[in-house]
Amino acid sequence: MADGPAEETMAPDIVDMPKRQKLVVVGNGMAPGRMLEELLKKSPRLYDITIFNAEPRVNYDRIMLSPVLSAEKSFDDIIIHDDDWYAANSITLHKGKRVARIDRAAKVVEAEDGTTAPYDRLVLATGSSPFIIPVPGHDLPGVLAYRDLDDVDAMVAAAEQGGRAVVIGGGLLGLEAAAGLQMRGMDVTVIHLMPTLMERQLDVAAGHLLRQAVEARGITVLTEANTQSITAGDGRVSGVQLEDGQHLPADIVVMAVGIKPSSAIAGDAGLTVGRGICVDDTLCTSDPAVSAVGECVEHRGMCYGLVAPLYEMAKTLAANLAGEEASYTGSITSTKLKVTGINLFSAGDFAEAEGREEIVLRDASNGVYRRLVLEDNKIIGAVLYGDVADGAWFFDLIKRQTDISEMRDTVIFGQGFTGGTPLDPTAAVAALPDDGEICGCNGICKGTIVEAIGELGLKDVEGVRTHTKASASCGSCTGLVEQLLTLSLGDDYDPAGVQPMCGCTDLGHGDVRRLIVAKELKTIPDVMQELEWKSSCGCAKCRPALNYYLLASWPGEYIDDSQSRFINERVHANIQKDGTYSVVPRMWGGITSAAELRAIADVTDKFNVPTVKVTGGQRIDLLGIQKEDLPAVWADLNAAGLVSGHAYGKALRTVKTCVGTDWCRFGTQDSTGLGIRIEKFMWGSWTPAKVKMAVSGCPRNCSEATCKDVGVICVDSGYEVHFAGAAGLEIKGTVVLGHATTEDEALEIIVAVTQLYREQGYYLERIHKWAARVGVDTVREQIMDDMDRRTALFERFVYSQKFSQTDPWAERVQGDQAHEFMPLADLTRMQAAE
Amino acid sequence: MNMDRDFVDIGSVDDVPVRGARLVKTRAETIAVFKTASGDIFAIEDKCPHLAGPLSQGIVHDGSVTCPLHNLVIDLASGVAQGPDGGCVKTYPINIVDGRILIKPIKMPREKVA
Repeated sequence: MADGPAEETMAPDIVDMPKRQKLVVVGNGMAPGRMLEELLKKSPRLYDITIFNAEPRVNYDRIMLSPVLSAEKSFDDIIIHDDDWYAANSITLHKGKRVARIDRAAKVVEAEDGTTAPYDRLVLATGSSPFIIPVPGHDLPGVLAYRDLDDVDAMVAAAEQGGRAVVIGGGLLGLEAAAGLQMRGMDVTVIHLMPTLMERQLDVAAGHLLRQAVEARGITVLTEANTQSITAGDGRVSGVQLEDGQHLPADIVVMAVGIKPSSAIAGDAGLTVGRGICVDDTLCTSDPAVSAVGECVEHRGMCYGLVAPLYEMAKTLAANLAGEEASYTGSITSTKLKVTGINLFSAGDFAEAEGREEIVLRDASNGVYRRLVLEDNKIIGAVLYGDVADGAWFFDLIKRQTDISEMRDTVIFGQGFTGGTPLDPTAAVAALPDDGEICGCNGICKGTIVEAIGELGLKDVEGVRTHTKASASCGSCTGLVEQLLTLSLGDDYDPAGVQPMCGCTDLGHGDVRRLIVAKELKTIPDVMQELEWKSSCGCAKCRPALNYYLLASWPGEYIDDSQSRFINERVHANIQKDGTYSVVPRMWGGITSAAELRAIADVTDKFNVPTVKVTGGQRIDLLGIQKEDLPAVWADLNAAGLVSGHAYGKALRTVKTCVGTDWCRFGTQDSTGLGIRIEKFMWGSWTPAKVKMAVSGCPRNCSEATCKDVGVICVDSGYEVHFAGAAGLEIKGTVVLGHATTEDEALEIIVAVTQLYREQGYYLERIHKWAARVGVDTVREQIMDDMDRRTALFERFVYSQKFSQTDPWAERVQGDQAHEFMPLADLTRMQAAE
Repeated sequence: MNMDRDFVDIGSVDDVPVRGARLVKTRAETIAVFKTASGDIFAIEDKCPHLAGPLSQGIVHDGSVTCPLHNLVIDLASGVAQGPDGGCVKTYPINIVDGRILIKPIKMPREKVA
């Protein structure tokens, strides 16, 4: 994210020009974050920048809090600027420091803890605060707002106890909160003062459809319900008393009735304040040294709470701070509800008034509703429910004030049916003009994206997100961005990684994993039903992936579907080119014995095994075994104590070792012992792709631990744990995960990182690919810095091992899955007799 | 009911796992008998037209099987391989009578009954 393209043209610091001006920013939400990005892009070294953030954290995507609440995303997923970004841009960020006072005469701000910062230019971005209805009981413990991560954390904590939640407010935030709490398992009631839901964005008909959809999810909706008081019991909230006499019991109450701009410190400092901090078109307040941006602003009598206008303001302010001349003249806004499964779009003005006409399309049984409000042959408002694919197109027509008389007959059906444009969605995007808006949140036009793809050689959605911000906020325009990639690159657009798991779904691996957990999907048919699979029973790509995801998500609950496993994992041996199998028994840490070797020799003779080979993983491979013979081979190997080596699985393979302090004159620790301990602890666990490990007794690294998925280099002071190496299709050295002083600690780290990979990895994605995708530093933080997280991961692994450490060979020797190994019928004799 | 003498009883429908396959050995070839998720039974030669992979070992999805060696997808009803490379596997006529699978384990054109 933090790319500084202008760097090379700048002189080094030492010969730097006059002293830089001091820019102080109060508030660290999305608006100032975007403003700083734009400013740094224009003039990276114009200001010394200091930020005061009342929240104790970095800048994150506040509009994505709802997916965090519903467990469809984690906080890490929604961080916009991490600590590194502030460091890389030499920005001083005061986390958790609320500004108490602005001294405009002295040009200094002062935080509550006494920290001061002088400024030449001051930007106020104090955002807004939730509006709390001042009814009796509003300050009881258990009454929450829905505004920042702390609120989400409080709601998640409450939801873990189960019970009942009442959400006051049936607007965008209230409904997203209700859906999130419901998905977290709470019994939820929404109470709303007005007759229909989201009345500010939706007309009455769409409000009804929305209500039906919300109720169908199991959420109770009460409209025209006025809260009289919040009742208490045991010193905390116990329910909500309505004016009509009804009492709703509740364990938590969430107030989501609206926001009000936070303008108190501006007012105290003597700046002009109305509903918000008043600014002109350059976003300047009544003091020329002080600007304001974001939700705290009142501009031309309007206050905004949606991201798109805030980003437009941010852009204008950045230009002005950089010495350019830019002005902001207000925004037309559009809204989408971020509740999975409910599609809703509204834009512009759709109130009924003199001189306005409307075009309405209803298809109740399909749950589709569309309404366009026209004035002077121009669309001024649009409400879409059910099918919202044309939202961007209608929004574009509104903003452009396009005269639609020519297409009036068909316009309601959307772009695909209008003006003879073909139905192909790519063609629809192709037909958009260069300044047609693709990403509403960030105000990114088609031309900008196409140009970035061409000039920067972008190949995927992630690249477009990084360089243009398109689809980087709410993500609902991802499909449009993909179509632009297809248009620009044609066959060169390789959707791998960001793209559907397979042809059976449009969802990527990440989404499927998240939704399995969030929606508590516990069988393959459930996943396919709920996530709207396009094929009736999947394919050879998605079924093994789903089987793994379910196994990893619901240990002990999910019943392994052997028919969804690749043949090797189904019969616990490796298929060879001629249809025979190879068998690799486990040799813990590469150690074997005369008895084991004798058993292997006997099996070789008895079953005429054509090839016996030493593998790269310090064990022995018996190749060319007929499938029917497998159970008998395993029985003989079992008898000598040899069990499955899982050489065939997306699972823990080997832990290679050197002889360490047992024999080696250089050994620093018992590397063999640790290797055996790791292997005994972790064998049998299924993973997204194969996992190979090694332990070396000293940095000479005889077991080649630094090209493994997880490796340990023993040193005098303990154990250096490495991960994310590769020595296959790709060669890659490991990176250090962290240092452990004891064997126990080393084991805990190894297990925790493997579990994190088990929970986050995409099927067939090796550890090094996963680490590159999520970031090595992120992994390190979770395993090495966050002890609670590490312990929790370790415990989850241990729990899942309870269900996986049974030797699959022994089970089959006992007769499990016998049909796999026996023909249904043998007609060779019969035919011979004929 | 067709009691054609050439049809041989090879076992019960229940003996074949859903979305799985069992083998029938004959002197000429090995036949893979499949059962799809919807319970339909198909019999094809256990030999991928690509590099002779054992199709019975593949993953069964809808009316198709994916070869375990190189992922060719074969339509169970027609034996035709999907995708640009094409190819075709031999299929065998099947009769289901009272839950038993009857198969005609011969190559139709060459050994047609006189």
